[in-house]
Amino acid sequence: MSSLTASATGRALLKGSRSVLTTPVWHRTSLRGMVTATQGAKAQHVETPAEHATAMGKALLNKTVSIYRWDPENPTEKPRMQEYVVDLNNCGPMMLDALIKIKNEIDPTLTFRRSCREGICGSCAMNINGANTLACLCKIERTESKQDKIYPLPHMYVIKDLVPDMTYFYKQYKSIQPYLQYKTPPPADSENLQSIAERKKLDGLYECILCACCSTSCPSYWWNQDEYLGPAVLLQSYRWMADSRDQFGPERRAKLQNPFSVYRCHTIMNCTRTCPKGLNPGLAIAEIKKLMAAE
Amino acid sequence: MRRSGLQLDVLHLYRECLRAITKKPQASQPRFRAFVRHEFTKHNLSPRDVQATEFLLRRGRRQLETYRNPNITDIHNWA
Repeated sequence: MSSLTASATGRALLKGSRSVLTTPVWHRTSLRGMVTATQGAKAQHVETPAEHATAMGKALLNKTVSIYRWDPENPTEKPRMQEYVVDLNNCGPMMLDALIKIKNEIDPTLTFRRSCREGICGSCAMNINGANTLACLCKIERTESKQDKIYPLPHMYVIKDLVPDMTYFYKQYKSIQPYLQYKTPPPADSENLQSIAERKKLDGLYECILCACCSTSCPSYWWNQDEYLGPAVLLQSYRWMADSRDQFGPERRAKLQNPFSVYRCHTIMNCTRTCPKGLNPGLAIAEIKKLMAAE
Repeated sequence: MRRSGLQLDVLHLYRECLRAITKKPQASQPRFRAFVRHEFTKHNLSPRDVQATEFLLRRGRRQLETYRNPNITDIHNWA
């Protein structure tokens, strides 16, 4: 941030110095002070960001990003695509960096969720170039010719721009009771232990961050969102069935015993292909089906 | 008057809101009623603005769910 403001003031000063020699003395000294602080060698000239890029041996790399816009304040207006040009040599490597740059420098009305910028919070899930991913884990392709398209998660109600309404998704998550349940509670004075093998069963399940990338990529979930739980929630459901400390496995499965909750999964496997954390919800659903068939 | 399904949905929501108000303390009910009226009249939509109406319906239902909470007993400064 500080470097951005510095370059902005730098530009302002440059404009001032272009009006040749008439610049007041205090202006010139402050300019010189700034230059010696940053560059040293060049005496009078302060660089623009573009010049800085060429000085670093990098040309301007202007990438066009086309982003879905819709504003709830004017609900009668149709959604539209808006194009922004970002210089990739002046921007971080990930799509989220570009979005933040656009929001900071070009259009502060652009709205999206973001938090950790390292793929652990799941806030910035969106549809980038046709695939659901986390913007913070999606590298920008460094070619000027190809335009990037960013949409909100498909088949979700949009609250604004890239922000989808996740209320129902979270309700579904709540409905599978994502916590340990006991018939005989563990002793209160000691830890509830697990063997290494039992803990290993949870690998590939507990890492899920509930970004909803998989659920919203599943055609079955698109058409039956109200009844089918979707891959993300089913993966979590299996996570609690697979846990050795949980004692309500059969009850959990009995709840899913209907034509919709699980059996709307037709192993399309879009979930596994799209998962930004590299998990396999398709496999977890298959495991649930296996357990349910054995009961 | 013949109404479309969407128009009926809006009316149902309005009715539900009015019913929810009766669960609030007597003193604050006029304020809640004014709030509901304001929320419904502030948008000037044509019956053809289907998408916009659907969006506002969803938002209205969400709001109703929030305000229905018995812990919320009064409402001020909403306009």
